[in-house]
Amino acid sequence: MSTEVMGTVVQATGLSKRYGTTIALDNVNLDIQAGRIVGLVGPNGAGKTTALKAILGLTEFDGGLTVLGMDPRSQRYELMQQVCFIADVAVLPRWLRVNEAVDFVGGVHPRFSREKCQAFLARTKIKPTSRVRELSKGMIAQLHLALVMAIDAKLLVLDEPTLGLDILYRKEFYQSLLNDYFDEQKTILVTTHQIEEIEHILTDLIFIREGRIVLDATMDQVAERFVEVMVNPDKADATRALKPLYERQIFGKSIFLFDGVDRTRLAELGELHKPSVADLFVATMKGTYA
Amino acid sequence: MNTTAMNAGSTKTATPLNTFAWLLKREYWEYRGGFLWTPAIVAIAFLALFLIVLATAELAAKQHGINVNGIQLDMLTQNLSPENVAKLNAGMDIALLTIGFPIGIALFFVVFFYLLGSLYNDRSDRSVLFWKSLPISDSQTVLAKVVAACVIAPVLAALAMIALQLGFLVLMTLFAAVNGVNAISVLWSPLRLIRLWLMMALLIPINALWALPTIGWLLLCSSFVRSKPFLWAVLLPVIVGVIVSSAKLMQDMALPSAWFWKHVVGRILFSVLPGSWMDQSMFKALEHMDSGRSDLLSPVLSLDTIQVLMVSPELWIGAAAGAAMIAAAIYFRRRRTEAYA
Repeated sequence: MSTEVMGTVVQATGLSKRYGTTIALDNVNLDIQAGRIVGLVGPNGAGKTTALKAILGLTEFDGGLTVLGMDPRSQRYELMQQVCFIADVAVLPRWLRVNEAVDFVGGVHPRFSREKCQAFLARTKIKPTSRVRELSKGMIAQLHLALVMAIDAKLLVLDEPTLGLDILYRKEFYQSLLNDYFDEQKTILVTTHQIEEIEHILTDLIFIREGRIVLDATMDQVAERFVEVMVNPDKADATRALKPLYERQIFGKSIFLFDGVDRTRLAELGELHKPSVADLFVATMKGTYA
Repeated sequence: MNTTAMNAGSTKTATPLNTFAWLLKREYWEYRGGFLWTPAIVAIAFLALFLIVLATAELAAKQHGINVNGIQLDMLTQNLSPENVAKLNAGMDIALLTIGFPIGIALFFVVFFYLLGSLYNDRSDRSVLFWKSLPISDSQTVLAKVVAACVIAPVLAALAMIALQLGFLVLMTLFAAVNGVNAISVLWSPLRLIRLWLMMALLIPINALWALPTIGWLLLCSSFVRSKPFLWAVLLPVIVGVIVSSAKLMQDMALPSAWFWKHVVGRILFSVLPGSWMDQSMFKALEHMDSGRSDLLSPVLSLDTIQVLMVSPELWIGAAAGAAMIAAAIYFRRRRTEAYA
């Protein structure tokens, strides 16, 4: 295997998927490298889940897609030895007992460490004999995370893993992921709507809109390219002439978001800020639901 | 890197066979209520019923001063001709099998609804996404369900039947003893009981082979439909049957439409009923029976009957159709993860 394959975890070229007349993915190109934490962000119905499903071999697609050098459709069984996913909150079977879940995953997964899983569970209030249906939603997420983190996988895919959980569980979820799981051998691909909570852990950001990739950059590149400038009303028209991506008003001042415009020039107009990913998202996605 | 060392430490072997064993265990965990408790409860309920009947009979006998005292059943059997002994034994076998029949009916319902839900329920509650996140092939998943329906459920039901038979014999023996009759030699013939149980064990793979069309059809519906698997599984063959009957298609092919109902609709829906193959084979076997062979077991359940079944095209055509539908179920399991609850 070439070093390129070793380093590339997901490679998509011209990935497309349509449901009847609806186009879910439109000629998507992706190149996700090992050791990254990639946030895949988009409005509802933008194609995030479809993209993840294609990567996990859960749906048919057109175009080229390899995950860890494998075809997710024909080599799904081999792929699942290296790839883990949490498809949603609370998809654990409700009849399953906690200790049965640990036994079962330990029995079928060659890369699962029972000791690690028990250690993660010991930090929670989850009882080994409880059934999943007796646990709170937050506890189910904890259990699922404990199961997944005990698997030494190369790629972890998380699709809205914290939806509907309270802030304590959400914080703890990403904290554990970062502190106890992630290392340079692993890659995490995550989608979420609570983007402001994960932006500090991401290394890469992908925006998807109506089936197309509209932004694909490292967080460093994002910080370089995008800048916000807060200007007084008298300079607003001059700033507008520089073609900002987005404009909003706050406390009588205007905030403009720019992509790749010379900073010294902008600094003359007003105060520069680093935009939050959420602001960037709103700017990029404006008009989506219109 | 120390991660490589950790990898080596945590890596175990999960052979396909190992995984399959875990899948069977999972089926048992999920459906313990149907596989284990249902036959056990039916057995206990029937034993309780027998006890009540016997106790009532005993009380009634006491009140009316009836006493069967003095008749020694073992003396009676000693005076029987070998032919009559064989008849008595055959009668006992039939009695013991008959009292197990309610468990067979329960097994039918358990297996029917198990298969119908087995590839559907996890899609409708989305837990299929958890199972699919593990390195398990779809063929393994579906075949584990076939084995659960063909082996785990019937073996547990057979054990419940044996427990029921033993309980029944104990009750009868006690009842006889209370009335001063020693029935041990008549009721308890170890050789005959073992032969009966071996026959019950032999019936498990035969029933499974016969049940394949139903197993395949229910699994196919379960993995294919997006909602209401029961309606699909039952109504579709019935509607086709009605159309076939009314269109007189079968008459054109020189077959009565009853043929379609029996060999297609019946096989697709009711073959998981244990021993449902017996009706035809039994009577064919009876025709060929010569009196000297009646000692084999009972005429209903002789090796002749099974022999007739094993060479019948109905069995093998059905089994092939069942296998094809199981393959189709695997195909859809691979592609369908959604269902509407």
